[in-house]
Amino acid sequence: PPPQLEAEMEEYGAGDLLSEAMCAGARVVVVEDCVEAPAAFVLHLLLKRALAAGGGGGGGAALLALAQPFSHYDRVLRKMGCNLSMHRKSERLHFFDLQGFPGGTQGGAIADSLAQLYSAVQRVVETCRAGENAGRFTVMIDDVSLLEVAANGSADDVLDFLHYCVTLTSEMNCSLVVLIHEDIYSSEDGVGLLAHLRYIADLVIKAAPLSTGLATDVHGQLSVVNKGMLIEQRPAKGQKVWSFHFKVKENGADFFYPGSRH
Amino acid sequence: MAVEGSLQCCPLAARAMLHVAAAVASNAAAGKAQARGLVVVAFDRSPEVYLDIMLRHGLDSNALSRCVRILDCYSDPLGWKQNIRSEQHQEDSGTPCSTNKDTITIFRSVKDVDKLSCSIIDLGRGFEGEGKTYFSVAVDSISSMLRHASVQSISGLLSNLRSHDQISSIFWLMHSDLHETKFSRAFECLSTMVACVEPEVVDSVYGEERRGDMSFLEHNYSKAKFHVRLKRRNGRVKHLYEELCVEGYDVKFISATSVSIEVNQSLLPKVQFNLELSEKERSDRANVVLPFEHQGKGEPIRIYDGRRSLPEAHQDPNLTTAALLDETEALKSANPKGEIHYLRDSDDERPDSDEDPDDDLDI
Repeated sequence: PPPQLEAEMEEYGAGDLLSEAMCAGARVVVVEDCVEAPAAFVLHLLLKRALAAGGGGGGGAALLALAQPFSHYDRVLRKMGCNLSMHRKSERLHFFDLQGFPGGTQGGAIADSLAQLYSAVQRVVETCRAGENAGRFTVMIDDVSLLEVAANGSADDVLDFLHYCVTLTSEMNCSLVVLIHEDIYSSEDGVGLLAHLRYIADLVIKAAPLSTGLATDVHGQLSVVNKGMLIEQRPAKGQKVWSFHFKVKENGADFFYPGSRH
Repeated sequence: MAVEGSLQCCPLAARAMLHVAAAVASNAAAGKAQARGLVVVAFDRSPEVYLDIMLRHGLDSNALSRCVRILDCYSDPLGWKQNIRSEQHQEDSGTPCSTNKDTITIFRSVKDVDKLSCSIIDLGRGFEGEGKTYFSVAVDSISSMLRHASVQSISGLLSNLRSHDQISSIFWLMHSDLHETKFSRAFECLSTMVACVEPEVVDSVYGEERRGDMSFLEHNYSKAKFHVRLKRRNGRVKHLYEELCVEGYDVKFISATSVSIEVNQSLLPKVQFNLELSEKERSDRANVVLPFEHQGKGEPIRIYDGRRSLPEAHQDPNLTTAALLDETEALKSANPKGEIHYLRDSDDERPDSDEDPDDDLDI
């Protein structure tokens, strides 16, 4: 692989199947999961890699957390060898506790609350860019389905907010990673958030259960689809669609091709 | 012209749209078209992407500034960033990139369709030229516009633009998955030409039944069918079929020799190892004699199971239970050697729906 790509791959951590499948230039990453195959572990992994980005050059992250409190992520990432508390103190990680979003005290439309949230996120990204950290910044949302609930079901407002986050990716060397639960939308009449997100995404990581049912050694299968909208987003091997199995462990996850597990 | 795509091949539809936009701009710059310039109404991508594509298509920066205007509805469609700046008492920076001040104009109120219409026309009138100058309009994409305004107002916008005497052509991109069919059709009716980007491999169960199986997208994201329906003034409809190929920066259109849709009906799971059979393996499999079929006499195999498996019985629709019993009697005499004849109980019993067979159980 060309030197720039190798550097990016190193920056992203171990050369496992997931990092191989994820093309280096992907700006908007949509992670889809379902009840039978939750993909929060993918977010944890990507967060760890975003914060661990190569010595000195830094990278930073903003986590918009609706699903869990800070203590949860701290505990999970600690087992993976990443100290979130330390990163939070050093302002490498900006944690937005959105479990109570939008909050009863703020009157007015949900659009205003989302606009204010965006404003806060933009400020964080700008501050990080202005500082010594010129590395890639990652904005992570856990998760978009809960954001839609917090917005009283208004998918349009959530999409507007997400669009603004997407503009950050093109203007400020930033990535956007969002988690969405695809099984919520499968029986919907009309077009939901999921279809829009699939269009916006540069990269889709989809977790699904095995068609053969539960297993102790394999927790599910992961499909990584590189849409390659912009030219520079070329996956490492030129392959656009990857499919492999995964097993979630305490300290991370294993990715392997079917049948290659001992 | 309407360019339509769907999720199964969406990046290609977008690339086709960008290609068309670049081609129109090139023609305008070279003086080959009636239009002197192109106005791009950009919702889905940052203006730099369009400029980049056009530069790669062969337009130089001079031609760009002469013939391309971008109405930027991507960077700040609802004015949030401007609000942030005014709250922080910052200077309004206007365009994001100072070198492209003339080419890119930011538009901040996408919900106001009338204002949008005026801005498009104003930009178009700004192209230099002697006498009456014509211009083309590209909308990327209508699907995004529909999030902010109603179908009626947008179709009204398109109709107004169509009837404007300075606009020579309009084309737009639409994602058919994001709207009800009737809205897609409505916009198709507005257009004189519809270009559908269709996936090469149609997976009838995409996303629903076979979860996690997206390997067909590998093919669909590099090639697609390009089907163009052209409505002539005399009412005739012409169809054109081409194949669309995307390789890196290049977008190629190849005329298709045959039109066929490869339906992904393989029942085999998509795994990394080969589960298909070769021809030799297939014929070998067909020649295998299964153990229970093998009576070892070299005679034709006939398996009798007490029901109407006899060849004659198959063709007789009027066979009653009594007649079946007669047949079994006949068979008995035909095979006098020691063999087992099994008559199912259910053939003798008359069906009695009131009786519950479980009543016999004494638990």
